Amino acid sequence: MTELGGLYAIWEREVRVYLRERSRVLSSIVSPVLWLVIYGGGVGAQISVGGLSYQTYIYPGIIVMALIFSSIFYGASIVWDRKVDFLKEVLVAPVRRSTAFMGKVLGGATDGIIQATIILVLAPFFGVAVGLHLLLVYAYMMALLVGLVSIGLIIGSFMESSEGFSLLGGFIVFPLFFLSGALFPLTGLPEWLLTLTLVNPVTYGVDAMRGLMLGTYRFGLFPDFSVLLLFALVMVGIGSWAFNRMKI
Amino acid sequence: MPAEMVLVKGLVKVYKGTIKAVNGVSFNIREGEVFGLLGPNGAGKTTTLHMLATILKPTTGEARVNDFDVVRQPGKVRESIGIVFQDPSSDELLTGYENLKMHALMYGVPGSIRRKRIEEVLELVDLTSRRNDLLKNYSGGMRRRLEIARGLLHHPKVLFLDEPTLGLDPQTREHIWEYIEKLVKEERLTIIITTHYMDEADRLCDRIAIIDHGNIVVLDTPERLKRGLGGDIIKLCSKSPNLSALGELPYIKMVEVSGDTVSLTVEDAGSHIQEILGVIGKVDKVELRPPTLSDVFLKYTGREYREQEGGGQ
Repeated sequence: MTELGGLYAIWEREVRVYLRERSRVLSSIVSPVLWLVIYGGGVGAQISVGGLSYQTYIYPGIIVMALIFSSIFYGASIVWDRKVDFLKEVLVAPVRRSTAFMGKVLGGATDGIIQATIILVLAPFFGVAVGLHLLLVYAYMMALLVGLVSIGLIIGSFMESSEGFSLLGGFIVFPLFFLSGALFPLTGLPEWLLTLTLVNPVTYGVDAMRGLMLGTYRFGLFPDFSVLLLFALVMVGIGSWAFNRMKI
Repeated sequence: MPAEMVLVKGLVKVYKGTIKAVNGVSFNIREGEVFGLLGPNGAGKTTTLHMLATILKPTTGEARVNDFDVVRQPGKVRESIGIVFQDPSSDELLTGYENLKMHALMYGVPGSIRRKRIEEVLELVDLTSRRNDLLKNYSGGMRRRLEIARGLLHHPKVLFLDEPTLGLDPQTREHIWEYIEKLVKEERLTIIITTHYMDEADRLCDRIAIIDHGNIVVLDTPERLKRGLGGDIIKLCSKSPNLSALGELPYIKMVEVSGDTVSLTVEDAGSHIQEILGVIGKVDKVELRPPTLSDVFLKYTGREYREQEGGGQ
């Protein structure tokens, strides 16, 4: 019971703090919308992909982009928790480190879900009808989020300063995004680019979202889910290890 | 139920293979006792405390808290203790109540009594009216009080207070002391306090261990420590004191000179001061006072100024 209570306590704290910082919620919506409106609108004036307007085509990918950014940088919260010594209170409690880690992961994932929901409300403006697949969309996002948030927290557990975190976070976020097929189809890519894209787990998240929202898959629902699940499990494993070795 | 709540035997902590932060410390603490760990900065107080709280692993030696081994049963030890850290460790973006609720959940306080217990500890530290304020709007003293309440929430057997009044103004310190005294009475806890404030240790502690360079140099009740100096303190301001004459008076235990000031430790000083003033020569100022814990502290740890060592953590 202590473990479950601890999990809930840490999750609840993360979500409360997120919702309390309205500016954080708001700013996490602004850049995806700018990407959709300005970048999507600008490039879309010239091209379309497979009969879809470019804006519509990148919409699922931009949701994933929002998730990448918020999850990875959520990892900075662990640096902050350490700086203000709040981490001590959590780490001396009689709950397992892996429980503390999962609480943080679920908290960060919930933040991402809230953010994605706001962008999903805007779907009709970009010619996307999610409709019946909404539940599946959330399931896939959740799997992707668990993996991504874990990466952020793993980095955070190794970092002493938030400056160091931003630097390393930037190195991780952009490749994950640009090599995910969020902005272009994977057909006809040069060999090296295709290879890099295929080893990026986020690619399968984008593929699933695009399939569920627009009906165009490259891999299919099942392969996508398998990869995302594996990704989430491996990252949670590494994350639990990273939290275990953390000094107070 | 063990009569000895804390047992420490030959505890050693070595950092990076060479820095001996704690060098073989042993002591026992009885149930219901308030025990003080006193020492200069970097003496090894916090390191000792952290080993007892299972935050640090001892290099060698043994320690038991509430009859649980700190190395082999860290989970059991953690359930038995409450800790108030030197630096605030609560969440600024949560309210006082929310901070306490989170703690209750992590320590497995059952849902049926959670609310009541939270109200109880809030009441104990007089924060009931501020329960729904965010912690960033609390003053330093309020925040410390909330953390004391939090440390008590899960009915620990032993409460660790690491420098509980560091950086607080005198009024707030006085308040915190009153709260600590109140909870000694009402919650019948065993408490371990680290501090380098002598007045704090004197007022709160039943027994005090003075720790320096990782060793316990003396351990006793504050009363006996003070009596152990062998007398009261007389301070005299004199340009040319007749020190050799003073040396012949049998009831003078110690003579110290720094600049114009002569400090004497004198047995039954009240009845001998006349005689002392008679032999010492011209005196500009006299001060007579009973010994304080500061005098004890300085006797055992020396007077030289120390650079802060980083061994505190």
